[in-house]
Amino acid sequence: MKRFSLVLALVFAAIALASCGSGSDSDVIKIGVNYELSGQTATYGQSSVYGIELAIDEINEAGGINGKKIKLVKYDNESKPDLALSLTTRLMTQDKVVAVLGPATSGAFGSTIPLAMQYKIPVASGSATADGLLVDDNGNVKEYAFRICFNDSYQGKAMANFAINNLKKTKAVIIKDNSSDYGKGLAESFKQTFEEKGGTIVAEEAYVKNEVDFNAILTGIKGKDFDVIFIPGYYNEAGLIIKQARAMDIDVPILGADGFDSPELVNLAGEDALNDVYFSNHYSPLDESSVVVDFIESFKKKYNKEPDAFSALGYDLAYFVADGIKRAESLTGEAVKDALEATKDFEGVTGSFSIDENHDPVKALIIIELQNGKQVSTIRAGN
Amino acid sequence: MDQFIQQIINGISLGSIYALIALGYTMVYGIIKLINFAHCDVYMLGAYIGYYCMTFLHLGVVPSLLIAMILCTLLGVLIEKIAYKPLRNATRIAVLITAIGVSLFLEYGTMYFVSPQVRTFPPHIVKSMSAGIKLGNINLTFMQLMIVSVTVLLMVLLQLTVKRTRIGKAMRAVSLDVDAAELMGINVDTTISFTFALGSALAGAAGVLVGLYYNSINPLMGLLPGLKAFVAAVFGGIGIIPGAMIGGYFIGMVETFVAGYGYSMYRDAVVFAILILILIVKPAGLLGRNVREKV
Repeated sequence: MKRFSLVLALVFAAIALASCGSGSDSDVIKIGVNYELSGQTATYGQSSVYGIELAIDEINEAGGINGKKIKLVKYDNESKPDLALSLTTRLMTQDKVVAVLGPATSGAFGSTIPLAMQYKIPVASGSATADGLLVDDNGNVKEYAFRICFNDSYQGKAMANFAINNLKKTKAVIIKDNSSDYGKGLAESFKQTFEEKGGTIVAEEAYVKNEVDFNAILTGIKGKDFDVIFIPGYYNEAGLIIKQARAMDIDVPILGADGFDSPELVNLAGEDALNDVYFSNHYSPLDESSVVVDFIESFKKKYNKEPDAFSALGYDLAYFVADGIKRAESLTGEAVKDALEATKDFEGVTGSFSIDENHDPVKALIIIELQNGKQVSTIRAGN
Repeated sequence: MDQFIQQIINGISLGSIYALIALGYTMVYGIIKLINFAHCDVYMLGAYIGYYCMTFLHLGVVPSLLIAMILCTLLGVLIEKIAYKPLRNATRIAVLITAIGVSLFLEYGTMYFVSPQVRTFPPHIVKSMSAGIKLGNINLTFMQLMIVSVTVLLMVLLQLTVKRTRIGKAMRAVSLDVDAAELMGINVDTTISFTFALGSALAGAAGVLVGLYYNSINPLMGLLPGLKAFVAAVFGGIGIIPGAMIGGYFIGMVETFVAGYGYSMYRDAVVFAILILILIVKPAGLLGRNVREKV
């Protein structure tokens, strides 16, 4: 399957190459969209693209950028980093876009960064949170890569501080997703901060993606003395861990990060089980600022459902890049890169931020509290 | 002590699931020497059929289970007729590759139609099934009891079918020697179809039970348990029905105890290390007999 689609992509690329020289029409600005629209992480990609398309529609309806409409060139990378790589190549060399949005996951996004450096066209992601993604081994920033989300260690640190300062808990069990850098990175930074602040990690357990049975691990920790659980992982497994833990009468608070953000979490865990659950996130629908209220309203109007954090990040990402293009001196990758780098106090639905010297946004995160399966309160937290 | 008993309960229910899937692998292997990789996808489809019966037709657990078993039976026979029968006289590697192809086709075909999104069962059914007995610190849910009893019941029925009925005798004959069985007037095609039907019905049942137990189904849910069940079948001696059962329970237990006593990071490593040791000592599996190659 993989081979076949790769061959197909190559054939198409060859055809496109053959018909090269048609020239780009000058009254539109092309932005590439390379997301996970099918495959394992499809919900992240789909949600992000909902947000991106909503933002671009709004920008075009308001007259576009300096009189030019934006045209999205959208491809599905099937959640495969190798396909993401060839699609970004295609967007940069054949479609001649000024910037590429996506992919959503850190691994796939990271694989496209060398292309951005090579062709001098910026790539930007709304949700690639892995640490060190935007800097090379010598600590120099990769000039053409941007993101508008905080990184994993920031979340791990914030949750550790939250457990110690707000919840007053000092004995934690970590149950981590050992098959992703995301899970391992979060676990590492949580552990470090938690221990620095005087807490102890009673046990550190691990699982791999797609597992469904956590009874053994949970029975094992049940006999131990702990007062909080941290689950660095995604909602698929976290939902089941919470359900099975609560069924065993383990009723200590459970903490997580933005991987918990999905409407499926409540279906997987069940409403009764989702009590005293706290997770860090980029955005909360409970936010009452006018940007967020307007965003939720127009999102519902267009798609007839509630936006999640990925949609909010996609929405901000599209506006962030459009804002850069607007301020750029010319429509070249280099000029757009300079403009994006100079972004200050950008007002988005995921909070206002400026871009720092490592191309990370400087922004606060939100900690969401769940009771009976509902989001009941949010706490803005920095580090 | 409580913890130990609880871990045994956890291990038995996990092992039952592996055993139920392993039975299907082992039966098909026993009769046509084919590792039917599509088996774990029939299991996945069983879970989806159960899900649609309960969510959209509002049926109860037992009718959904039966419908899933019937539809999976038909599907299993269909897969055999379309994909494997034309290759009856082809090399084994050709059939094996076809099996992988069918598996991918089912996984990604399902993903196309139902989306890769994880699905969950209706909350009221999940709630009623996760009710259970509490003895002090020990939890035993209705669902766990059901999984274990369905597995044991189906295993016994299967063993009786194979050992005591005419069609069972035909199955054993075909597994020994296809040509000779045909010469003796056994309808080989019917017998093979019957084997696929039985295996697929079991997979369908396992799919619904597991989907309900964990309350999470997705188009790739068959991959991991399918692999473990395959290992269980090899472990017990592939082609031997009680072997699949023993293999399933053994792997369930080992996984549970390794993970339960603080070594969750090494769980799969331990399982596979034991598998390798067993296969070095007994290459045909725990219950397998070494058959000398005829030259």
